[in-house]
Amino acid sequence: MSTAELTLTEDGIPLKEKLAKTTALQRRRALLLTLPLVIFLVVSFVFPIGQMLFSSVHNDKVSAVVPTFAEAIIQWDGEGLPSEQIFEIFVKDLAAAKKVREIGRTVGNMATRINYEMPGSRSLFTSTARKAKKIEAPYKENLIKVNKKWANPTIWLTMQRAARDITPAFYVAALDLKYDENGDIVRADELYQIYLNNFIKTLGVSALITLICVVLAYPVAYLLSVLPLRQANLLMIMVLLPFWTSLLVRTTAWIAILQTEGVINDMLVFMGFISDDGRIQMIYNQTGTIIAMVHILLPFMILPLYSVMKTIPPTYMRAALSMGAKPLYAYRKVYLPQTLPGLAAGTLLVFILAIGYYITPALVGGEDGLLISNLIAYHIQKSLNWSLGAALGTLLLAVVLILYWLYNKLIGIDKLRFG
Amino acid sequence: MNKFIQQKGKAIIYLLIAAVLVTFLTGTIKAAVGFLLVFGVPLYFMSKMPEYATTGERFTRYMFLVISSSILVFLITPVIIIIPLSFNAEPYFTFTDGMLNLDPDAFSMRWYMDILHNGMAAPQAVEGWWKDMWENAQWIRAARNSFFIATISTVIATSLGTLAALGLSRPEMPYRALITSLLISPMIVPLVITATGMFFFYSDIGLAKTYWGVILAHVTLGVPFVIITVTATLSGFDMSLVRAAQNMGANGWTTFRRIIMPLILPGMISGALFAFITSLDEVVAVLFIADVDQRTIPRQMFSGIREQISPTILSVASILVLISIILLTVLELLRRRSERLRGMSPG
Repeated sequence: MSTAELTLTEDGIPLKEKLAKTTALQRRRALLLTLPLVIFLVVSFVFPIGQMLFSSVHNDKVSAVVPTFAEAIIQWDGEGLPSEQIFEIFVKDLAAAKKVREIGRTVGNMATRINYEMPGSRSLFTSTARKAKKIEAPYKENLIKVNKKWANPTIWLTMQRAARDITPAFYVAALDLKYDENGDIVRADELYQIYLNNFIKTLGVSALITLICVVLAYPVAYLLSVLPLRQANLLMIMVLLPFWTSLLVRTTAWIAILQTEGVINDMLVFMGFISDDGRIQMIYNQTGTIIAMVHILLPFMILPLYSVMKTIPPTYMRAALSMGAKPLYAYRKVYLPQTLPGLAAGTLLVFILAIGYYITPALVGGEDGLLISNLIAYHIQKSLNWSLGAALGTLLLAVVLILYWLYNKLIGIDKLRFG
Repeated sequence: MNKFIQQKGKAIIYLLIAAVLVTFLTGTIKAAVGFLLVFGVPLYFMSKMPEYATTGERFTRYMFLVISSSILVFLITPVIIIIPLSFNAEPYFTFTDGMLNLDPDAFSMRWYMDILHNGMAAPQAVEGWWKDMWENAQWIRAARNSFFIATISTVIATSLGTLAALGLSRPEMPYRALITSLLISPMIVPLVITATGMFFFYSDIGLAKTYWGVILAHVTLGVPFVIITVTATLSGFDMSLVRAAQNMGANGWTTFRRIIMPLILPGMISGALFAFITSLDEVVAVLFIADVDQRTIPRQMFSGIREQISPTILSVASILVLISIILLTVLELLRRRSERLRGMSPG
């Protein structure tokens, strides 16, 4: 095609080129509008979470406290006991580290780190560190004299593992595994298998909550969808008011209703179903968690279901019925398939929200109602084993992100509406 | 079935409202359940079902209505029941005999007064009472913190969120799906994970235990709601209006101020309300990031429930329910206005 045949714009540029330019400009403009928020979220949200993910595999508590030793022990071949030279470096590093008072770089911090992998070894480090200044050559012999445990190769193997800054150790712990004496990964003792079981329990409880929500939301959403708009809006208040009410208020309300001296138990006693000392424990356990969470998450199921059901013309069911289909058959073949998008949206949303729930289980869960979020919070706030908390958090995040991806794939997050 | 419900819908709604009122007045769910059974059954028999309807069909329909109304009652009761409970004269979480008999002495405002008195240096003093209350009462301090944090984070979340929503709803927007899922992800990612990440990061840069730390966290958590509501409003937006404005010589800012903003304002306000209530209700990030100085109402309730549970919490909760009722009303009015603007009748 020659230049003469090209359509030119006013300023003599071929139309195609000009159009491409304008489109590119418009794309840039659109992108520019979202840019402030994207930058904000990357700084305040994505980066902090990334940092947390990193801390689940990164722990420098050993190399920060005894740096020279950390370098040396990594070179060790792991056969028998390390050489006299490594023992010397260790004793000297330990003596130097004893003087450090800075939080996060003390011998105590290192001892805690190694204690995670070898329970009961903490005092070995702290007590030896107190005497380290006085230990002289031959170091190997004298160190073992201070404490016989230093003759155990396992402690040196554990220290070698912990000396590396990047470590899978916290995922090993989070998956209820451990290292045995030879450094191989094996299943942890029955007593210490907490996390995997809790993960399974969290998934199970979330699935149960989602199922109850489906069963409860379906008839309500249907009722709302077939009522005339004005009346449906009125009834909608009964769904939206709880949705808008603080979840702490709702949790408090459930405590008032379910506790042993609460409204339901009083009613049951009053009506003579149970005796005064046979009051039912309905809160501060898993039952309480499930009841309160169903109540809190139910609107998240009703709203998407309702918005889908509203668009289904009632004539379809009537047509099926008039052609002789039995009501149940017509429902299964005609109505149910049309509600599937709403059902999928609500199910995924409720499940995603349930699996990461923290507040309600923390308040009404008692001991057996605690979910994985509560364990993560425990490690971050109480036991201060941040890396383990981060590893558990990463596993939870992975599950949630897969579900989120699925949600996007099936429904599209931009279809999400409230009311 | 639809016809039946349409005809009877009004009656059912009145019945349910009456049932809630009964719950509210008598203070027992029992009365409401009884009320529903007593009035619901005749309603069914009085209903104008088609003459050919079989007993089985009538029964199914009746069961459906009973079940769905009890689910609605299940949803609303916990929210409503705390209001009469909060007027209890005794330090119990249940209705006393006096309350059930509507004895005026069984009701009192003591837990509402306790909201003010708790933490005050001299609750009985006359002079300087207001100052003492404003500065020392724990719940008042928490309320001041809550509203301060919620207001600032709402302003930031709404402005950033509206701007981004404007970009996202342009047809030329590149990587729309990716960016939308990023912007909505704070709603999806478990709060504990978000709070943990922020706690580490904010500790590093000195924002932990400050108001700004909490505000930034709440902006992050409020943004998805603004995005969702504003893009929803923009989805029905007629872009030719913008072109018309530009055609007549309006620049970008004027177009936004005079054309776009008035039309999406209902969406912006409901997004802002969502962001506000999210911040007002948020406790996990506060638990991780805030210090005693930044205690908010939900944080105070959290420790109240954990440590020394008293009916004061119920009275605070009742006030919060009242606030949500007000917000919900505003939202409903906005929605109607938006529908009117877009030419949809409220039915």
